[in-house]
Amino acid sequence: MSATSSVLPLPASGRVPLTLRVFAALDRKAWIALAVFLALALVVVPVLNLALPPESVFHVSAYAITLIGKIMCYALVAVAMDLIWGYGGILSLGHGLFFALGGYAFGMYLMRQIGRDGSYGADLPDFMVFLDWKELPWFWLGSDSFGWAAFLVVALPAVVAFVFGYFAFRSRIKGVYFSIITQALTYAAMLLFFRNETGFGGNNGFTDFKRILGYPITAPETRLVLFGLTAIALAATLVFAAWLVKSKFGRVLTAIRDAESRVMFIGYNPLWYKLTIWVISAVLCGIAGALYVPQVGIINPSEMSAANSIEIAIWVAVGGRGTLIGPVIGAFTVNLAKSWFTVSFPEYWLFFLGLLFIVVTLLLPQGLVGLWKKLMARKGAPA
Amino acid sequence: MNALFASHPHDGPDGGDSATQLGHLVTGELDLSHGVALYLEDITVSFDGFKALNNLNLAIDAGELRCIIGPNGAGKTTMMDVITGKTRPDSGKAFFGQTIDLTRLTEPEIAHVGIGRKFQKPTIFEQHTAFENLELAMKTDKRVWKSLLAWLSGDDRDRIADTLKLIRLDGEADRPAGLLSHGQKQWLEIGMLLMQEPKLLLLDEPVAGMTDDETMRTAELFVSLAGKHSLVVVEHDMAFVEKLGGKVTVLHEGSVLAEGDLATVQNDQRVIEVYLGR
Amino acid sequence: MKKTLFSLLLSVFCLGALAAPDPALVRQLAADDNSDKIAAIQQLAAAAEPGTATLLQAMADDSLFVAGDRLFVFTGDGHVDALSGAPAELPEGADSVTVNNRLRGELANALAALKLFDADRAVRLAAARELQSQVGAELAGVLAKARDQESDGEIRPLLALAHAQATLQDADPAVRLAAVRTLADAASPAVKSLLLPLTDASRESDRAVRDAAVLALKSIERSLAWMDTLAGIFSGLSLGSILLLAALGLAITYGVMGIINMAHGELLMIGAYSAYAMQSLFRAYFPDHVDWYLPAAIPVAFFAAAAVGVLMERTVIRWLYGRTLETLLATWGLSLILIQAARVLFGAQNVEVANPSWMSGGVELLPNLILPWNRVIIIGFALFVLFLVWVLMNKTRLGMFVRAVTQNRAMAGCVGVPTARIDTMAFALGAGIAGLGGVALSQISNVGPDMGQGYIVDSFMVVVVGGVGQLAGAVWAALGLGIFSKLLEGWAGAVIAKIMILVAIIIFIQKRPQGIFALKGRFADQ
Repeated sequence: MSATSSVLPLPASGRVPLTLRVFAALDRKAWIALAVFLALALVVVPVLNLALPPESVFHVSAYAITLIGKIMCYALVAVAMDLIWGYGGILSLGHGLFFALGGYAFGMYLMRQIGRDGSYGADLPDFMVFLDWKELPWFWLGSDSFGWAAFLVVALPAVVAFVFGYFAFRSRIKGVYFSIITQALTYAAMLLFFRNETGFGGNNGFTDFKRILGYPITAPETRLVLFGLTAIALAATLVFAAWLVKSKFGRVLTAIRDAESRVMFIGYNPLWYKLTIWVISAVLCGIAGALYVPQVGIINPSEMSAANSIEIAIWVAVGGRGTLIGPVIGAFTVNLAKSWFTVSFPEYWLFFLGLLFIVVTLLLPQGLVGLWKKLMARKGAPA
Repeated sequence: MNALFASHPHDGPDGGDSATQLGHLVTGELDLSHGVALYLEDITVSFDGFKALNNLNLAIDAGELRCIIGPNGAGKTTMMDVITGKTRPDSGKAFFGQTIDLTRLTEPEIAHVGIGRKFQKPTIFEQHTAFENLELAMKTDKRVWKSLLAWLSGDDRDRIADTLKLIRLDGEADRPAGLLSHGQKQWLEIGMLLMQEPKLLLLDEPVAGMTDDETMRTAELFVSLAGKHSLVVVEHDMAFVEKLGGKVTVLHEGSVLAEGDLATVQNDQRVIEVYLGR
Repeated sequence: MKKTLFSLLLSVFCLGALAAPDPALVRQLAADDNSDKIAAIQQLAAAAEPGTATLLQAMADDSLFVAGDRLFVFTGDGHVDALSGAPAELPEGADSVTVNNRLRGELANALAALKLFDADRAVRLAAARELQSQVGAELAGVLAKARDQESDGEIRPLLALAHAQATLQDADPAVRLAAVRTLADAASPAVKSLLLPLTDASRESDRAVRDAAVLALKSIERSLAWMDTLAGIFSGLSLGSILLLAALGLAITYGVMGIINMAHGELLMIGAYSAYAMQSLFRAYFPDHVDWYLPAAIPVAFFAAAAVGVLMERTVIRWLYGRTLETLLATWGLSLILIQAARVLFGAQNVEVANPSWMSGGVELLPNLILPWNRVIIIGFALFVLFLVWVLMNKTRLGMFVRAVTQNRAMAGCVGVPTARIDTMAFALGAGIAGLGGVALSQISNVGPDMGQGYIVDSFMVVVVGGVGQLAGAVWAALGLGIFSKLLEGWAGAVIAKIMILVAIIIFIQKRPQGIFALKGRFADQ
């Protein structure tokens, strides 16, 4: 049972406050690891970045902070994907859409923060001036407010995911069918965002941000704050996800994955379970997108390309699906490899990525975490 | 054992009767006033012209133990699909009690009004432990929100432990169900059914793959359940059917060929023709 | 008697004089003012004397020269006097008669009008077709003459239309009315804009003409709309045949075998690059028979794609049967590798694959509806491949085995079907058909490493809409999607049409998750 491995000696049954249950979702080692991770992200990295001169061996460069910050956003997406795929058994090829929706929602705010500092010196964002628009379209209303932007970051992916998911799950679309349909949805959205008339900057998207909440967006301090926020978001997501999968909800979810008809015949309606985890997953992606855009400085429709969404799946598969640390490890491994390859051997990156897809599915179905467990088990067994 | 299936009080505030447990479900209370638990009338189901069920009529009394036999393709599984909402009949009526129209409900809703089903092939959650399998099946509020906040009460644990003992899996409580033997899986699925506290149990070949000893114990269990619950058992094993001792219905080509006690049915000329009295 | 003889002589002389272009008009061709030149061209054409055509053609070809009041025509091997036709030396300081674009238009019309009297039916037909727009009033006479002389059933109505256009501004309301009534049968946007002013009371005083013009406009709009629909259906058929070629292979690998192959688009790419490779080969070694590269590419593409398919099946897909989501990921990996391999081998840029000469041009179905040969041939090719697949799946042992393995693998194995070999062969067949699709695509779209990615969503849509396990479903879905999206495109633009189609499919799948041709029964949802 869930309580047996917890930090606290929780009673196995009876009334237990929710906060304690959340606390019990992770074991002692996991809490220590999270604390170390947060200490690194919130204290050590800022100190090494700001206090040490660039020549120092221990100096953490702005490039490294942006890279790690970006990968932490990816890790957040990977955890979201793992919730729906690893635990729910539903492979989405549309998570790039939710990521982009969050990014665009927050990008609108960042565009408005540019104010008159754009190349046309106008009140409207540059691309609207370029299109000869005279005023903001209605859906840009309120985009100058941080609060509204933050609301949209959550609400937009949630609404899109809810509407799409409701109809798809109600029609009992499953497996590969669902994957293909999510891919089609994302593809349609990408085409829509590529149009200039849609009002989101066409194929250039949003870029050249200047400020966030009035602070210069490229200043080292701003970067470190964004970096820290991303780390906190990732840590909070992991705790939330751990609680979720250890709750009875999580057990029903994996039960749906393994034998959906049995779940129905014992009286659970899989529609609402799938829909809940689907919307949660989409919202987490949206948050990741919103954290990604100010750090990377650009959002455009290519985030919605099929390749991006499938790559998310491979992060999860490489790390090990059905575990929570797996997606994080996977996101870091693949993306660090990507930034190394694209600098050193750009023409071999796709070969490597392609091989990774094949090797992981053929030889490492449990990913790196599974490999590690197997090695540990062999070590533990009598030689 | 009898205490286990007595109407069980719940700890949760919403643990009330079955009809209120799916928020969006509006169905009447199960009404057994006329003594009929399940009533099928003129049910027809066809797949691309092939009539899997052809004007099937069937009535199961409250507390009755009914065996359904029939050669392959007689429509036994399709009949169960219709009762549990998996297949919608092309025409005909299917009522649970006097008031609940089964043709209008979804599978989870039908489970909630009190019909439990055991599949031909044991269908359990192989990644979950035996304990968790029973926990998930337990009669309780099964909405998402309740599942998020659910926490087992002491009574719940006792009930699961009792059922584990009944199905002789108390030693295997924390083993993943996928590692159990075939017979154990059959028993686990029966245990899950019992945890649902259904009024009507549909059991599709429940003793396939069981040893003789297990089969006999299953028969004893079913006989003890009858009276409080209605049971519909589809089975090929005539020794088992005989042991159950209830009324027998013979299906053939989607409709009822004969009905009565086993001896009568086995001597029916038409049954012998289609079935060779096996 | 003497007088009669004289008059006879005179008439012969006059006939002779009439039988050649009026010298004054000919001289006027070299006038300084363009309006004078145009007037001369028009009058010459209206008179339609023999020899006029040569003269005007020379002017259009910049082969007409002027020196003083004499005009010369360059014939290729020397100069001749424009009036007498006698060989002549070109004097010093002779200038070519300048012809601007306006004049060229007039010349073209005039020449066309003159060709209306040619003995060759084909020449007359071509000329009549040329005179279907921008016909000036000055040609009315010559057109009437040509129309009255013409006996050919195809040319005559064209001439009537041309004549009606020319007389639309006639002073006589009765003539205008007749012209308007004739034009009601025309179906061209140009005629529509000609008739539009006639419905306006300030421009057309006669009420009968106005009413006739309104009626005629309505009739023209109807036939225009009809032709638009026809054109839309044709381009829909064309798109549908392309979708079908792209999706047929997938209908076998996914639809029949249940293997989700994300590298399917790359198999199309291999087919297209095979066409490119054959083209390069023919250009290098058989430059005289370059056009034959395309037929030669068909088997090459089939076997190249099939070979890659065998490799894919043996190394990767075989180990993942029954695990569709894993297959999806692994084949995506394969597609990345194939794309990069194409970049390394052929470069990241698109390569040029030219249509063979016999595929250029088109067949004219209606005056304003031309079907390009390459599209027509691709539709035919799609039908051919479809027939091939149908025969293979329904009439051969391989097809029977494939269907057996699909329906019940274990039982098929038990009765001695070599299931593993059948899997490989069926997958290779699907891949080879994708290769054939690639050859067709190379004829109408860009050939580059990424080309396959553009088709993967579309191909899956076709198979999903058509219904798994059904070749017929794929055919109907491909044609339906093709026609539907082309008709929508005309109405909403390409991008919006595409988005609408995708959304429509997503909604359709909600209603019929099993596709158009659903399998029913107890195995349906397995």
